[in-house]
Amino acid sequence: MVDPAVQVDRLSKRYRIGRSLVQGADQPRPLRWRASPFGQLASSFRAAGEDEILWALKEVSFEVNQGEVIGIIGRNGAGKSTLLKLLSRITEPTSGKALLHGRVGSLLEVGTGFHPELTGRENIYLSGAILGMHRSEVERKFDEIVAFAEVDRFLDTPVKRYSSGMYVRLAFAVAAHLETEILLMDEVLAVGDAAFQRKCLGKMGDVATQGRTVLFVSHNMVAVQNLCPRAIWIQDGQVAEMGGSREVVSHYLSTAAQTQMERVWPEPASAPGNEWVRVHRVGIRPEASAASQLLTMETPLALEVEFWNLIPGERLHAGWRVLTDDQIVVFSTAANDRDPQVGTNGLPAGLVRSVCHVPAGLLNEDIYRVMLLVFRNSTRVIFRMDDALTVDITDLGTRRGSRYVREPGVVRPLLDWETVVEGQPGFAD
Amino acid sequence: MRVPASSERSDPSMAARDLRPMTITIQRSKGWASLGLRDIWEYRELLGYLVWREIQGAYRQTALGMSWLFLRPIVNMLILSLVFGRMIQVPSDNVPYPLFSLAGLLVWGFFSNGAMRGARSLVANMNVISKVYFPRLIIPIAGASSGLVDLGAAFCVFFVALLLYRMPLRVEMVWIPLFTLVALGCSLAIGLWLATLSVKYRDVEFAVVFLLQAMMYLSPVIYPVSIVPESIRWLYALNPMTGVIQGYRWALLGIEPAPGAEMVLAVVITLVGMIAGAYVFRRTERTVVDLL
Repeated sequence: MVDPAVQVDRLSKRYRIGRSLVQGADQPRPLRWRASPFGQLASSFRAAGEDEILWALKEVSFEVNQGEVIGIIGRNGAGKSTLLKLLSRITEPTSGKALLHGRVGSLLEVGTGFHPELTGRENIYLSGAILGMHRSEVERKFDEIVAFAEVDRFLDTPVKRYSSGMYVRLAFAVAAHLETEILLMDEVLAVGDAAFQRKCLGKMGDVATQGRTVLFVSHNMVAVQNLCPRAIWIQDGQVAEMGGSREVVSHYLSTAAQTQMERVWPEPASAPGNEWVRVHRVGIRPEASAASQLLTMETPLALEVEFWNLIPGERLHAGWRVLTDDQIVVFSTAANDRDPQVGTNGLPAGLVRSVCHVPAGLLNEDIYRVMLLVFRNSTRVIFRMDDALTVDITDLGTRRGSRYVREPGVVRPLLDWETVVEGQPGFAD
Repeated sequence: MRVPASSERSDPSMAARDLRPMTITIQRSKGWASLGLRDIWEYRELLGYLVWREIQGAYRQTALGMSWLFLRPIVNMLILSLVFGRMIQVPSDNVPYPLFSLAGLLVWGFFSNGAMRGARSLVANMNVISKVYFPRLIIPIAGASSGLVDLGAAFCVFFVALLLYRMPLRVEMVWIPLFTLVALGCSLAIGLWLATLSVKYRDVEFAVVFLLQAMMYLSPVIYPVSIVPESIRWLYALNPMTGVIQGYRWALLGIEPAPGAEMVLAVVITLVGMIAGAYVFRRTERTVVDLL
């Protein structure tokens, strides 16, 4: 019989959000303090109105067995981080209860408590103490931590002189060597280079085999599927699904809620555009031939735009620019790329539809932003819509050699290779 | 939030720890929770590191480094002696004014630095607080205690000055640690209250400077208690630092009167302020992260 290590019973957390914030509140943001001190003073005595209350977590219940590694997934703002904050005692729940059987180590962000002026050695002790380790414990693990972080030459250098990679490595190393029965981890792997991410995930795998209980919050679906037999999907502060991670992840991905895959404006009058053009619809979807409805690295995609041409005889054509989440242009394409005749003939007034076919095996696992461009007279950009679409391309890990972590690269083309064994001189025939 | 059976963590052997499984219960705490002193004892090493970080971090990459610890009391003393001793001719109870002012400055500097650091500590350490749990009381305690090193350095300066003026060491100096403790308690009390307030109201950042400045003029730092009118002495003694500074001057320089009723009052006020401050702080700490 396995004992539960973590028992969560109808745990809820309510935030009161500032009134001015309500309309644009995508994410749970605690109280915001406004410029007016008296307004603020007054508002803290006023009972919170219905529209000011945000349940970041509502009646969440689950159990995690001892030695189990469980993934927690969900889109940004769904309540995953709030859950970890409650479990690691950073803040208190509004109602409900959780029992944790064992010492708890939390790793909500690497580098917690590092002081830039102190050396690597000093910071190891300091951040160990913040995480609840005793000096003797840190001393016992010291060499291991240093070896793992690969910073032995810089131990007596202030960490402010460290490269960001070294900093992250050292921080993760300290936390990873915590010997707690329960470990809470939040997205620490989003930092560092690919090689180090791999090392961290490997270390996590080790942790799991030592019989320790791990709650792992991540956006990295491949890592969740590989490391966690079970997963919890949290949506709008509630448990949407709990079960085998493969199943939960695929259900989660199919909702693709964090992306903007289609936008429609029914009336030209209220649609974005100008005196020449109004946009009716933009969208991205898997090609009809695609096997799955998921947008994966292996899915051929169709980028569609429908726009109203307002002035008869205008020579307009559409174009797309695909960017990464950090605004690096991946490629630009326009309807007249292959055929210069497109866009030189005048269009009648009315709706125009263009489809661009993006082949499978081009984009990497990433969030891409798609910008819409409309050109006039072949070259001049007369309309541009930033972030017309946001696409999340996922990696199902079907490609040989793909591991837990995202391969770096803006694109991830599937290329042809030829490998021939030539033999060595002297060994021929 | 309570941690029922966590006190054995200091045991160096892992096996012994494992024999005592502990359960952490997470739920909303109601009313006035305990101060969690046991938890603080658990994390005493962290307290040490934080104090040390405060001191070390402050003087790294400064040209004068740790000399600042000595320079500050010397320069302060010289300025006070010039302005108040020479120019304004403030009486100093028949003791050379530099020694007189230095004895007051010693403990005043310790107190005001501690109160200031304590008041700012919570906001300054928000990045850590929002990422990891540890007893939050440690932060203002570390802030207030970090001044002990400055005090030690200032004492070195004082003893050198004592030597230069050929003044004797006195037996009464053994009382100094006790008076220092009262000053520490006093700075912690103010630090706790202001730190709690600073979470909601960033005004504290500015207010603390004014508050300490006002308190300095209302404490006998640059002048002797003897020039305070008798009729308002009782009001004056409500400031615990009055008793502490008087105690310091008596123990170090033999300036009468020896602390009596004032000191008792100072201790009582300090204790009340500190304990009340700790409870208020504990009450806020549960959800302090949400207020940011």
